Amino acid sequence: MLSRESSATLMGAVTAFLNREARLQDEHQYEAWERLWTDDGVYWVPANGANIDPEREMSIIYDNRSRIALRVRQLMTGKHFTQTPQSNLRRLVSNIELMGEQPGGDIAVASNSLIFESSLRDDTLWAARNEYRLRHVDGDLRMAYKKVVLVNNDKAIYTLSFLV
Amino acid sequence: MNVVRRMAQWNELIHPDRIHGSLYTDRSIFEAELQNIWYRTWVYVGHESEVPKANDYVVKSIGPQSVIMTRDEQGKVNLLLNRCSHRGNQVCSYDRGNARSFTCPFHSWTFANDGRLVGYAFPDGYEGQDRAELALGRVTRVESHRGFVFGSFAAEGPTLKEHLGGAAETIDRLVRTSPEGEVEVTAGFLKHRVKANWKFILENECDGYHPAFVHTSIFGVADSMIGKLYGGASTALTRDYGNGHTEIDLRPEFRKRDLPMSWFGTSEERLPDYTARMKAAYGDTAAREIMIDGTPHVMIFPNLFIAEIQMFVIQPLGVDDSVQHVTALQFKGAPDLNRRLRQQTMGSVGPAGFLLADDSEMYERCHRGVLARNPEWVFLGRGEKRERRDELGFKIGHVTDEVPSRGIWAHYRKLMEAA
Ligand code: FES
Ligand SMILES: [Fe+2]
Repeated sequence: MLSRESSATLMGAVTAFLNREARLQDEHQYEAWERLWTDDGVYWVPANGANIDPEREMSIIYDNRSRIALRVRQLMTGKHFTQTPQSNLRRLVSNIELMGEQPGGDIAVASNSLIFESSLRDDTLWAARNEYRLRHVDGDLRMAYKKVVLVNNDKAIYTLSFLV
Repeated sequence: MNVVRRMAQWNELIHPDRIHGSLYTDRSIFEAELQNIWYRTWVYVGHESEVPKANDYVVKSIGPQSVIMTRDEQGKVNLLLNRCSHRGNQVCSYDRGNARSFTCPFHSWTFANDGRLVGYAFPDGYEGQDRAELALGRVTRVESHRGFVFGSFAAEGPTLKEHLGGAAETIDRLVRTSPEGEVEVTAGFLKHRVKANWKFILENECDGYHPAFVHTSIFGVADSMIGKLYGGASTALTRDYGNGHTEIDLRPEFRKRDLPMSWFGTSEERLPDYTARMKAAYGDTAAREIMIDGTPHVMIFPNLFIAEIQMFVIQPLGVDDSVQHVTALQFKGAPDLNRRLRQQTMGSVGPAGFLLADDSEMYERCHRGVLARNPEWVFLGRGEKRERRDELGFKIGHVTDEVPSRGIWAHYRKLMEAA
């Protein structure tokens, strides 16, 4: 159990991390975003609910670390037309909670996010519940796991080509 | 009425090598398509493996209409309309489940999963009423081919076999990829919505001209061998099977390579279990042939697309509003292959897929583009002069030729004129 002081410090660090991640995503800083990941990172956006088995059922995104890198490389080509021109994005991250320490020492974190996307198609509002596992690596926090549960992931959704 | 006025005009809107832009954007044309195509011809609804057990059901659609596909106690597959025969409430509000009956939440009428009305609340107001008249609506005709269930609202017309024609063989070819000869649809669907007319999707599925350009971002960064299949030097073909069914036939390229499982970018060594099962099922020679040829890339008009490793179902909701339902194909008796099929499908298609996100961008930009009325026409003449016939008499052309689009529009015109 963390002391009150250390928990407040941790909350501050986690909040700063999530805000930074949000800004890098909104500003299409793909490589800096990729550096937030640990080497074993998993990026998961389930479909049809929050708790499907991604090893058996279709997810919107289910990337291991090398596929995260591929996603970033595709965006960096400048020819991923659904992001050429890039969406204008701003997101709010809130309801940040420390959900406790994981067996391996990772920190479980949860938050909500509300993302406003303005693209060639239209303006779209996305809302999600996010779950993270963060890890201290060389004194910095990194993401080992990020799960984005879109509120409407059981419905037909428009193209989701930015980093969510 | 608008639609009637249009009827005389189909031949003016659709020429062999060009079509009028309004065909994608005119609301009255969309309404006419619902009547003449979606509510008349054979439309793919679902796969039998989605309702494996007695009383299983799954909610599907035909165009904007909600359709419940059930397997009743006798094991028969039914396509019921999700509309109470009392006052129209939707009787089923869950996507899938197992239920012997559906009870309407409004006044509690209860329907068996074969559509029969089995009871109403407070029955004493219904003296002399024939319950059979108040059954759930049904899709008039239901037929299936290799587990793929199609429905037609027309009481008469071609059989499913006649409708599929030469394209039936592509589904036969597909199921041979399973050592047990069966496709399974068990991985759940991604539902990708686009602000575009459904026919942009229909045509794009067998457009072999665009991949070199639209998918250049992913071909460039992943060492994918797909790009070459669609190049100017490719020996792959496009084919028009008639009845609106079209194909990109990649077998000439795969046969040149002569490497089993190369069609899926892998090898026999990486799938030893699958390879052994295929050889046991079909014998060494036939198994090798199947594993070289791969699965088809075929668009069954108007809404079932089999794209080598995926199945897409096109659903029109409005003139500029469409959904693609997509899942990884799964082959019975092939767990190691199935796992890879799921992984690759999740990477490439759906709202965030490396491939499909860019296709969807093209449909939407085309839709906005054709709202401009000068030039009025969409040009589809690529490869017209070099079209030829294959040994079965189907029109074929180079993989980058617009043989499929011309075939689709010729069939479309027949359906719309037949109103
Ligand atoms: S609307 Fe279904 S019972 Fe009345
Ligand atoms: Fe494409």
